[in-house]
Amino acid sequence: MQTTNVTEEQIDPSSLLKSTKGSGRNIIGLLISNPKIGVGVGIVAFFVLVAIAAPLLTPYNPNASVVQGSLPPSPAHIFGTTGLGQDMFSQIVYGARVTLLIAFTAATGSTLLQVLFGLTSGYFAGVLGDTLNLIINVFLVLPGLPLTIVLASLASANAATNRNEIVIALVLLFTSWSYGARVLRAQTLSLKEREFVAAARATGENTVRLIFAEILPNEAALVAATFVGTFVYAVGAEVALEFLGLGNTSQASWGEILYWAQNNGALIVGKWWQFVPAGLCVALLCAGLTFINFGIDELANPRLRAEHPPRVRTSPGQKKNPEEASSAPLTEESIVNHE
Amino acid sequence: MRHLLRRVGFYLVALWAAITFNFIIPRLMPGDPAEAYIARLQGQRVTRQELDAIRKLFGVNPNVPLWQQYLDYLNGLLHGNLGIATSQFPTTVIDVLKQSLPWTIGLVGAALIISFLVGTLIGMVIAWKRGSWYDTLVPPFFTFLSAVPYFWMALALVYVFGVGLNWFPTNGGYDVFNVNPGWNGDFILSVVQHAILPVITLVIGSLAGWVLTMRNTMITTLSEDYVVMAEAKGLSTRRIMMNYAARNAILPSITSFSISLGLVVSGALLTEIVFNYPGIGYALYQAVQGDDYALVEGCFLVIALAVLIANFLSELVYTLLDPRVRREGS
Repeated sequence: MQTTNVTEEQIDPSSLLKSTKGSGRNIIGLLISNPKIGVGVGIVAFFVLVAIAAPLLTPYNPNASVVQGSLPPSPAHIFGTTGLGQDMFSQIVYGARVTLLIAFTAATGSTLLQVLFGLTSGYFAGVLGDTLNLIINVFLVLPGLPLTIVLASLASANAATNRNEIVIALVLLFTSWSYGARVLRAQTLSLKEREFVAAARATGENTVRLIFAEILPNEAALVAATFVGTFVYAVGAEVALEFLGLGNTSQASWGEILYWAQNNGALIVGKWWQFVPAGLCVALLCAGLTFINFGIDELANPRLRAEHPPRVRTSPGQKKNPEEASSAPLTEESIVNHE
Repeated sequence: MRHLLRRVGFYLVALWAAITFNFIIPRLMPGDPAEAYIARLQGQRVTRQELDAIRKLFGVNPNVPLWQQYLDYLNGLLHGNLGIATSQFPTTVIDVLKQSLPWTIGLVGAALIISFLVGTLIGMVIAWKRGSWYDTLVPPFFTFLSAVPYFWMALALVYVFGVGLNWFPTNGGYDVFNVNPGWNGDFILSVVQHAILPVITLVIGSLAGWVLTMRNTMITTLSEDYVVMAEAKGLSTRRIMMNYAARNAILPSITSFSISLGLVVSGALLTEIVFNYPGIGYALYQAVQGDDYALVEGCFLVIALAVLIANFLSELVYTLLDPRVRREGS
């Protein structure tokens, strides 16, 4: 679910700064200037608002049976009702809280881990850097969702049911950090050779400050992009885990709605309203987040912007720049070659 | 050669990590498989001797030191002994895996090949026609498709093509009632029919990655001097597109293969569950439902092994395609 194209080229942070500073716009101007970011932020903000305002939007308790059986959509219940007669719209609206909260927690924790692993493994040459890099790469090749399922099934079997959300957030955090860490590591490898780092080192700044106060701010765009990418993954994986019955099956959430739809055979009897709204919400939210990422990517890599004529010729001077030449895709190989 | 050895070493470490995770994770949790099995008996009285017997059967013994358990575990792995699938007692885990693996490999393999070919081709064409209306419409459309969860796409396909239109079967790997497994035409036809919807699900879900990767690198190569030169020489569009631009743009697609493979495998797990497809994903689902930890771990191990092997193969292909890697490595 991390189909961001942010990895295709290393983001040059200065180009992002240029594009904002050059046009002299603020954040809102930035959002308007890139339609993809605008659309993405709009979609995500919509879901966040819906989740916050849930009690205002619906008179029904999501877990209370208000009618007998599963009714198709009607003016009283615009998304119909579930097999237990619960209002589907309330379930969706309150379910947004669960999904967003778990995914946000997991993505935030994961991003912290990514920054820690990515920057330290990139900054330190030698045994420490190599070891951290090995750990990152091992986590990267291990299949994520199966590992998540193994962890969640073992953890949820032992955890008290009311703490399932925390368990799922932790499991997602643990299995989602490696991809972003590798992206940040590659960027750190290139940044630490720049003059401003050497200058800061010469003035006697300590290593922690060098990494987190000098290098990190220059990777802000990349950190934002990997955060959004991890968020997308976390939403998808969280819904998938709940769909498998590994979440709290008595609480309304998007994955739970789909779990019950599948278990009650809603498809076979043609009750489409039991699975269409939840699935569309997941798809819309993830698409919104992905658009934000593509927008960030376009700001940082102007060649991807659509409004330019088909073939942009780069000036010779720009091309001979060694940093440009080495901005090959972030492959295992290119990272090895850096060393 | 040195490069290759390094990579082999790396994959061995990764494999060791997967195996060790598999060993440690369940042991970090309270309880053991024997207790889980007894819990499944729901209230039936179990005597001390019976508990010990069940423990022995499952190969868990709290009195044995951890390192001894670890060695026994590794030894068991080497002999293909992964324990007993408690949810399908008395079948062994390895037998369940042996039955399931070919189905998943077939599903994932077919989906990967189709989506790679179709996605790369689409990406190539829309990069060539950059700025046209379909370059502005196609990428967002595929982005949306890729954001749809795999299992939900599967549910939608079952609903429309299976239940609604009744074009394709939606349940199982083949028609259990009317054909006999084996190398006969009826069986193969039945398998293909049953695979169509799951494969379409996986292809739709993974297509966007290939399209966007190819589009973005292709746009970069299109601005290279040798493409301009080729155009100036008056070569045919087709030749410039295929032999000059696409040929040089395809490498990142090969490297993103490893990430995409992980996604497709994850997607296949969920897709199999929706279609009751008799692969590893369905076995994993049943194991999770039945608190069958030995089988859960076995499934993870076999998936990890398959993904590691596939990744290694894709790196070999990359080494063959990109002479720079070979030269710097040797």
